[in-house]
Amino acid sequence: MRRRHTLSQTQIRRRNMSNIGQDSAARLLEVNNIEVVYNDIVQVLRGVSIGVTEGKIVSLLGTNGAGKTTTLRAISGLLKPENGHIREGYIKFDGNDITNVLGTKVVTLGAVMVPEGRRVFKHLTIEENIRAGSTTRKDGSKKIKADFDAMYQLFPRLTEIGNKMAGYCSGGEQQMIAIARAMMAAPKMLMLDEPSLGLAPLLVKEIFENIKHINKEMGTTILVVEQNAKIALAISDYAYIMESGKIVLEGHSKELQNNPDVKEFYMGITKGGNRKSFKEVKSYKRRKRWM
Amino acid sequence: MTYFIQLLISGLVVGSIYALSALGFVLIYKSSRVLNIAHGQIIASGAFIAYALTVYAGVPLIISFFLSMVITFFLSMAVERVFLRRLIGEPIISVIMVTIGLMSIIDGIIYLTPFGSTNMSFPKFFPPEPLNILGATVSWTQVVGVVLTAIIIAALSWFFKNSTLGISMRAVSDDQLASMSIGISVPKVFGLAWALAGLTAAAAGGIIGNITGLNFDTLHAFGIIVFPVVILGGLDSIGGAVVAGVIMGLIQQFAAGYLDGNWGLQGTAEVLPYIILLILLLFKPHGLFGTHEIERV
Repeated sequence: MRRRHTLSQTQIRRRNMSNIGQDSAARLLEVNNIEVVYNDIVQVLRGVSIGVTEGKIVSLLGTNGAGKTTTLRAISGLLKPENGHIREGYIKFDGNDITNVLGTKVVTLGAVMVPEGRRVFKHLTIEENIRAGSTTRKDGSKKIKADFDAMYQLFPRLTEIGNKMAGYCSGGEQQMIAIARAMMAAPKMLMLDEPSLGLAPLLVKEIFENIKHINKEMGTTILVVEQNAKIALAISDYAYIMESGKIVLEGHSKELQNNPDVKEFYMGITKGGNRKSFKEVKSYKRRKRWM
Repeated sequence: MTYFIQLLISGLVVGSIYALSALGFVLIYKSSRVLNIAHGQIIASGAFIAYALTVYAGVPLIISFFLSMVITFFLSMAVERVFLRRLIGEPIISVIMVTIGLMSIIDGIIYLTPFGSTNMSFPKFFPPEPLNILGATVSWTQVVGVVLTAIIIAALSWFFKNSTLGISMRAVSDDQLASMSIGISVPKVFGLAWALAGLTAAAAGGIIGNITGLNFDTLHAFGIIVFPVVILGGLDSIGGAVVAGVIMGLIQQFAAGYLDGNWGLQGTAEVLPYIILLILLLFKPHGLFGTHEIERV
C-alpha cells in the first residue's frame, strides 16, 4: 500500500485534514470533512473525514455519543427522519456524490446499513425479513433466489430454528437476520452499527467471524461501527477513533492495537494494571485536544 | 329453519361487503397510521364512477366495474400525493383533520352532481330469477358480489404474503427506519397503500351499488359502519377486518330478523354493532386480531 504521508512514531497522527492514510486510488467511500446538525442547531459532527478502501474492513470506534451512529446515518441518507442534515463537506460513494441524498438512492448505489439494535421486522417471519432486503434489486429473480439461499448457508442457524416470527428470535439470531436482510440488497459496502450490542461474548465472536467471511469470501467492503474496540481491531484492516464529533486517531488496526492510548481508553488495559479515574482520563484527553 | 338460513346468507352477503369496505381503511392505517375519515366517500366515488361509465359512456357493466377500480386506484394515489405526502411526520391530529376536510370536499363535489340527490340503479345484468339455496333465496347479484369479494381478498392476501412488494409494505408498517435502511421508499409505500385502498373501495362501492342501488346516503352509511368493523378486527389486521366484517354483517341481519318487532324493540341492527364493540373493547382493547407489540424478556 502506498503511503501518502509519513506517520508519527506511534504510526498514528491526529488529523485535521482530509487526506487519509489509505490508498486513495481504490477509495470506495470518501467522507470529506462533514458537519452534521440536528434541528438546524445541535451540531453533532464537527468535520469528520473517513475513507474506506474497496475490499477492506474499516472500523469506526469510540465511546457513547461520539457521533459514530450519526456518521453512518449521514452516509446512508437516514438523517432526514431525525431532522438532521449535512451542513458542510461532502460524501462520495463509488464515484457518486451522496451528500444529503435519500436513503433509497444510497442503497441502489450499493451502500447498505444494518441499523443499531438490529431492528428486524418483528411481525414478519425470518424468510420475509430476508426477502424484504431485495426490494431494490432489479437483476432478476434467479439471482435473488441464489442470494437468498446463500444467506441460509452463511447463517445455518436460521435454518435450524425454522421460519418463525423474527420478533421471537434471540438477539444473536436477530443480528444474523438483520445482516442477511442487508446483504440481500447486494451491497458493495455493508455498514454495521454496533453488531455486538447486547450479545453474549461467544455470539459476538461468531457474528464477527461472519462479518469477516462476508468480506473475504463474498468480497463485500465493510464499515463497522463498534464500542468493542478489541474485537473490531482484531478483524479490521484500518480503524478510526472518534471523540465528541471528531476523528482523533486513525491508523492500521494492527498499529492501533499496540497504541498505549487505545489500549488504555478503549480496550481497558493499563500499563501498571491499575485503572485511572474518569477525571484523569478526561483531562488527559483534553490535553491531547481530543475533546 | 329456512328463515335462519335466509338471515345467515344475507348476513354473509352484507358482511363480505363490510369486509371489503373495511379492507381499504385498514390498508391505509396499517402502512401509514392515518385514519382515513373520507373512506366512505371514496367508496361512493367508486360506485358513481362505475355507474357513469356504464350508463353515460355505455361500457358493459363488468368492464366498467373493473375500470372504476383502476380509476379509483389512481385517484386515491393522487389524493395521497397531493394532500397527504407533505404531512408525513406531522402530528396525527393534523392528518386526521385533512382527511375530514377531504370528506367534506368529496361530499360537496358529489352533491353538485346528480348522484347527490337522486336514487339510481345499475341496469340489470344478471338473470333476475333468484337462486335457491336450502330453501333460502339469493339473487345472482349477491352471489357474484360475494365471489368477487372473496377473490379480491384472496388476491390481496397473496400479494402481502408472497410478493416482495407486499412484504416490503408490511415491513414499512413494522419499522420505518429499518425499511429505509434497506432502500424501501416509505412515501411510495404510502402511495401504494392509498391506491390499493381506493381499488378495494371502488370494488365495494360497485358491489353495493349493484345490490342495493345507488343512493349516496346508503353508501355513506357503509363508510361509517367501517369504523366499528375495523376496531372490532383490530385496526391494523387485514384478516381481522375480513372476520369482523362478516361477524358484523351476521349480527346485524340476525338482530334485524329476530329482535326487531319482539319485546317492542326496533332498529337494533343499527345499535347492536356498537354495543358489542364497546363490550369487546373492555376485554380486548387491541380488537380481535390487532397487533400486540412483541416484547422479549
